[in-house]
Amino acid sequence: MSVEPLLELLATHARLSDADLADRLNTTENEVRAKREACEREGRILGYQAVINDDVSEAERVAAFIEVKMTPERDGGFDRLATRISRFDEVSSCYLASGGFDLLVLVEGTSMKEIAQFVSEKLSTLGGVLSTSTHFHLKTYKKNGCIFEKPVQPERLIVAP
Amino acid sequence: MNWNDKIAKQVSDIPRSGIREFFDLVTGRSDIISLGVGEPDFVTPWHIREAAIYSLEQGRTTYTSNYGLESLRQSIVKYVKGFFDVEYNPANEVLVTVGVSEAIDIALRAILNPGDEVLYHEPCYVSYAPSVNMAYGVAKAVPTSKKDLFALNPEVLAKAITPKTKVLMLNFPTNPTGAVAPLETLKAIAELCIKHDLIVITDEIYSELRYDDEKHVSIASLPGMKERTLLLHGFSKAFAMTGFRLGYACGPEPLISAMMKIHQYSMLCAPIMSQEAAIEALEHGTPAMLKMRESYRQRRNYLVKRLNDMGLDCHLPGGAFYVFPDISKFGLSSKEFATRLLMEKQVAAVPGTAFGESGEGFLRCCYATAFEQIQEACDRMESFVKSL
Repeated sequence: MSVEPLLELLATHARLSDADLADRLNTTENEVRAKREACEREGRILGYQAVINDDVSEAERVAAFIEVKMTPERDGGFDRLATRISRFDEVSSCYLASGGFDLLVLVEGTSMKEIAQFVSEKLSTLGGVLSTSTHFHLKTYKKNGCIFEKPVQPERLIVAP
Repeated sequence: MNWNDKIAKQVSDIPRSGIREFFDLVTGRSDIISLGVGEPDFVTPWHIREAAIYSLEQGRTTYTSNYGLESLRQSIVKYVKGFFDVEYNPANEVLVTVGVSEAIDIALRAILNPGDEVLYHEPCYVSYAPSVNMAYGVAKAVPTSKKDLFALNPEVLAKAITPKTKVLMLNFPTNPTGAVAPLETLKAIAELCIKHDLIVITDEIYSELRYDDEKHVSIASLPGMKERTLLLHGFSKAFAMTGFRLGYACGPEPLISAMMKIHQYSMLCAPIMSQEAAIEALEHGTPAMLKMRESYRQRRNYLVKRLNDMGLDCHLPGGAFYVFPDISKFGLSSKEFATRLLMEKQVAAVPGTAFGESGEGFLRCCYATAFEQIQEACDRMESFVKSL
């Protein structure tokens, strides 16, 4: 069995047991376990997460998308500084992008003040960071392939030819 | 008015549909898990729905050419060439219809004179025999069996051919058995059709939904067959577009032209917004279709394994989205089995006999339903089987 169908299935159904995965992929539980564990060891699978709708969560959550312009280094380009930024707990995602800025950093916290502080005191003071532009998150419509609006289940006939 | 003698005989003679009968039992109940539906559980992929919406926004609400939009026919011939490896002329060898059902109806009406015989393999889709009868033809079922995995056996077919036989209808993968026809079988069938000068109507509606890693071959692509074959296909199953009601027929110009005569006076044309959506499906729908197919494959594997584990003898079907387990060893008829399963465990599956007499002893279970529902249905069926 190739590992791709397993990864595809886990990407959307991470909570399935090895036995359930084996049922769907027409293989054995042992083979699934071996493949899954190998992916975890090799870093192809980094973790398993729930997609949580923060908009209905009771906890106060604030998030911002921060565009960061920075100076690349002679050896290693953006990698060293991007990794350094990624290490902060406040940073939940960090991407290198083409276009008008270099890094897109998603920062999460419990208040706007906390995020503002992180940007002004931590992020923009790093050597190599030229400028930041902060966009506060207002509402999520889709995350990791999940649409947040509850879909209306269309009615089907119970029996049809 | 006394209506008893007013309905046309060829219509009043059509027996009540076995599916319809079963449908009445389940109407209005919400506690039922259904393996009885013959359509995808996916909603049409968004980009295809969006194309239909866009066409409405643009005010495309007119009739189209009787043959269908030229741009759609162009897309169809390109797709058919790529998928089936058969070439058609979009100008006069393609007709866009309201589903494959309409195409079957008008093809039979265009071909049959009263008394002409039409052969079809059974168990089969419920409309074939009634459509033949309504076109004043004589419908003759050629039974298929589990031993051949429900592919049409050429030897059995040869014995059924008479001087009156004019048409052979094929449907692989098959509703309700999921059967596919091996290439050698198709070749032998093609030989018989050429020898006896038969017209072939091949309903290819499930042809994308194959899970056996074999390239799907239509009989239309075999040597000498294009000139005598009407290839019917549509969007309902592969692209989850049942409600769009759109299909098409590709075939020899004289037949398409005859079908067009009926189509222009009955349907005029298929709905334009469905046609616009269909172009999007053919041009950009394959990735979404492959995703749905992979999901069906996983459910097929699971359902077949569970059915065999609980003691129902079930072959691994090569295509469509149905499994057809053998329930004969329990000493119940298909109808009794299905009715008791429904009443005692609230699982709806269709008795094999709804698809013809040779479906006796079998049950059609459709796996185009959510995986968790299939799991629950299997648990309930297992406890039902234990109780027998």
